[in-house]
Amino acid sequence: MQKSYKTIESVVGPLMLVRDVEGVTYNETVEIEQKNGETRHGKVLEVRDDTALVQLFASAQGLKISESKAKFLGRGLEFGVSPDIVGRFFDGMGRPRDNGPSIIPEKRMDINGTPLNPTARHYPSAFIQTGISTIDGLNTLVRGQKLPIFSMSGLPHARLATQIARQASVGDGEKFAVVFAAMGITNDEADFFIKEFERTGALAHSVVFINLASDPTLERIATPRMALTAAEYLAFELDMHVLVIMTDITLYAEALREVSAARKEVPGRRGYPGYLYTDLATLYERAGCIKGKKGTITQIPILTMPEDDKTHPIPDLTGYITEGQIALSRDLDKKALTPPVDILPSLSRLKDKGIGKGKTRHDHSDVLNQLFAAYATGKDAKELAQILGESALSPVDKLYAHFADEFEKKFINQGFYTNRTIIETLDLGWELLRILPRTELKRIRQSNLDEFYTVKEEVK
Amino acid sequence: MAEKKTTKPATKVSSTGKAETESSKIAGRIIKVSGPLIVADGMADVKMFDVVRVSSEGLIGEILELRGDRASIQVYEETGGIGVGDVVVSTEMPLSVELAPGMMGGIYDGIGRPLDIIREQTGDRISRGVNVPGVNREKKWEFKATKKVGDMVIVGDVIGVVQENEVVEHRIMVPQGCGGKITKISNGNFTIIDNVAEIQTDKGKVNIQMLQKWPVRIPRPIREKLPPSTPLLTGQRVIDTFFPIARGGVAAIPGPFGSGKTVVQHQIAKWSDAEIVVYIGCGERGNEMTDVLSEFPHLQDIRTGFPLMKRTILIANTSDMPVAAREASIYTGITIAEYFRDMGYNVAVMADSTSRWAEALREMSGRLEQLPGEEGYPAYLASRLADFYERAGMASILGSEERTGSVTAIGAVSPPGGDMSEPVSQATLRIVKVFWGLSSSLAYKRHFPAIDWLISYSLYADNMGEWYSKNIDKNFLNMRQMSIKIMQENANLEEIVRLVGVDSLSDSDRLLMETAKHIREDFLYQNAFSDIDSYTSPNKQFKILKTILDYHTLGTRAIANGKDFVRTQFPEIKEQIARFRDLEDKDLDKIDDIAKEIARKLS
Repeated sequence: MQKSYKTIESVVGPLMLVRDVEGVTYNETVEIEQKNGETRHGKVLEVRDDTALVQLFASAQGLKISESKAKFLGRGLEFGVSPDIVGRFFDGMGRPRDNGPSIIPEKRMDINGTPLNPTARHYPSAFIQTGISTIDGLNTLVRGQKLPIFSMSGLPHARLATQIARQASVGDGEKFAVVFAAMGITNDEADFFIKEFERTGALAHSVVFINLASDPTLERIATPRMALTAAEYLAFELDMHVLVIMTDITLYAEALREVSAARKEVPGRRGYPGYLYTDLATLYERAGCIKGKKGTITQIPILTMPEDDKTHPIPDLTGYITEGQIALSRDLDKKALTPPVDILPSLSRLKDKGIGKGKTRHDHSDVLNQLFAAYATGKDAKELAQILGESALSPVDKLYAHFADEFEKKFINQGFYTNRTIIETLDLGWELLRILPRTELKRIRQSNLDEFYTVKEEVK
Repeated sequence: MAEKKTTKPATKVSSTGKAETESSKIAGRIIKVSGPLIVADGMADVKMFDVVRVSSEGLIGEILELRGDRASIQVYEETGGIGVGDVVVSTEMPLSVELAPGMMGGIYDGIGRPLDIIREQTGDRISRGVNVPGVNREKKWEFKATKKVGDMVIVGDVIGVVQENEVVEHRIMVPQGCGGKITKISNGNFTIIDNVAEIQTDKGKVNIQMLQKWPVRIPRPIREKLPPSTPLLTGQRVIDTFFPIARGGVAAIPGPFGSGKTVVQHQIAKWSDAEIVVYIGCGERGNEMTDVLSEFPHLQDIRTGFPLMKRTILIANTSDMPVAAREASIYTGITIAEYFRDMGYNVAVMADSTSRWAEALREMSGRLEQLPGEEGYPAYLASRLADFYERAGMASILGSEERTGSVTAIGAVSPPGGDMSEPVSQATLRIVKVFWGLSSSLAYKRHFPAIDWLISYSLYADNMGEWYSKNIDKNFLNMRQMSIKIMQENANLEEIVRLVGVDSLSDSDRLLMETAKHIREDFLYQNAFSDIDSYTSPNKQFKILKTILDYHTLGTRAIANGKDFVRTQFPEIKEQIARFRDLEDKDLDKIDDIAKEIARKLS
């Protein structure tokens, strides 16, 4: 049932009001056709009596309301999927952006998705080796996890994300795909990602959605949903392990705020809408594993924290939804330690079920806890030394301070092109822990200390 | 896969039990749709908070406001594809939850529909308008009458029992308004909608079924509230010893993300000595519910030896599920908890997280165009929170016998940016008596549970003194007080060390800092993912703490008698103390041995 109306009453910012409509439903897609045949898209935000409030996905530039027609399509916004989408580029609204042939969709899927029944989920527990010590060893990523990168402007989050995509993709013989959604990033940054994918051959199994800084802001609200719809198709219908990289969530949230402000909604913190949590959750919760399905969706959203502030609503709400975070540090970056992962505020909530005997190695959990605790103590000791001088430290504290330095130099600083196996990472961890006396290693079980701490020492 | 908005579930599942008043005649038409809020006219005859069915798909909604014949309705399901003119039918019933044998081990959505059955019927994704009964109506249960014909019964009396599983005996109670003389009752196998008894009341004969319905927003009645005086033991050292919660108490766990709120809640759900656990996942991660669902059936309850799932009920409204049902989910959960309390059980109800519930309230309030209070939350936020927590408590329950039951409520709070000055945290703090404040600096050091001993408190400890001296040791409360004091003094000393270095401290201060380190690392730190350390019996807690404190007392005395600080420190013993937490309960003698050795060395 498609009806066209020439009764557009007003266009104010991203909102359009259409009068005298009939049978219009909430959330359905609207096509705005101009006399010259150009079309733009929108969706219904509210219907009240015979008026419909429509949010535009494109700028209203050049829209002449007296000559435009609003066509209500009777369905939500959709993305046409088929196996051919792999290796292709799309714009923020899911239209091909490369010069390839148009996609003949196998079927059209609503981009909003539907909530997954918690009883249908399969708890993610398959270890992914990213080859990065700070992630594999301390903040282990598992298949089906959503693990964002909390970055700051000017930090190399893009290089870290591509390193993960590059190093995590190899090895297990199963079907693998990368879905990349760019929201409002610069042409340079998008270019970096694409070049990187191209260079490593990942492009052949990637689906790329690009909304650049110069593209319409409001399209950004649809972009991640397009990408996740593609990911769900690849994962749950074509049995692929899909890695979804979304950047930058901060710019997405700003687009959301623009619409909210235009609707004069009561703002939550910092002017972001009160439903920002729910809205972000409908993106992030689309990661996961489903019982009886081979494919999985792992998400790595990237966000830059405004003013480097972790309590800003975007990182804050993200942290409450995602299963941990990889935090980057300006301090480490300045010291040229790469990738500059700050392990203390970083966390992977799903690591405990993804590590240990049969998955990584039985001492993993102990080593991880001890490395964290020792690094934290070492950092405290270094801070103390800075105020009072090295001599104020007790002998044990001096060892801790030394440990923290070595840890940063060897464990964190591996560079963007070193690929370490998990065993190499754990052995390196033990090598560093041996700086400390055995009595200090309280987080490690006796049996593991016997096996790894002393034995190796004798070999030396 | 994502279904199209316009497709409807293939088959409408008809309720196999009593028809859900589909015959009702009050029907209105939608005039406005705005997200989960719709407005319909022609609704003059409905009551506030009645449940309605929206559109031909039969979405479930609840009436929030009435203005003339216009009703504002919050819809518990996704409203995409709903438009002006769609029909709204009232069921003339408030939002109710079904209570009957068959609930244990189940997982329900925010409005009490079983999610596993929904999955069987509609697949991996949750579609709309599903109409399934809350409890299986076909399954037969063995009903054993505990009353006989001729007995006089009043509301709340148990007339029979059903052994629901190895762990839970489901007691069938006389429902509201049905007190009188039993005229029929029999043992046998019945479904929950079969008549199991007949009671002659003032208003005539009433048939009793095992199934009860109760409106979720109304607290179930009790005779009177009793002061909480027994601890709910959780096996978590920082909780049981430092900041205990009473049966029937209320506690809040606020903390920034990553500080371990959910792990603490899960640990309490696993190890607490409550007989029934209701876990409400309110606007949280889907995987967390899956975690419980996949782990609890395999974890043994240390008290019964049977899987934990047998005593657990889950309410799940994950963050991608419709926001309006989030508001209802905590009421659904606490109503179920009250129902089991009324049978005489000690129930623990966990809500993770009340902040998401408050946000759902805020979203609906915003769409209703109500005047916002602080940070956009409605002005009634505090009173709604208080209403919820007030439903917890130790109670003398209804019925002719003197019996007690309790509901212990533990709510997680997720303050934005970890800033506790926000309205939800503040409103919660005004109500709860136990506060487990989580701190991110502890979490960064991987000190878990990251309950910050400097800001947390429990107002129940003193009320429970009698229990502690009777069941653990008469000195227990003093030991607790002493430990808390040591930790506080340690914090001050740390300040000094930060300014002038450790050398400036006196020997006794250095000893205190060592003791505090033992308390922190060897007692308060607890690894939830270690088999033995995950749960610590009260006796073991007492022994570990006593050894550490005796060490401190003896050390202080030795220093006062002129011994050097360094000579009070024995690395091998200190290492042994660190291993205490991995001792099994049968090996606790080892702790005594070490204690003796300390005494020998320091005397």
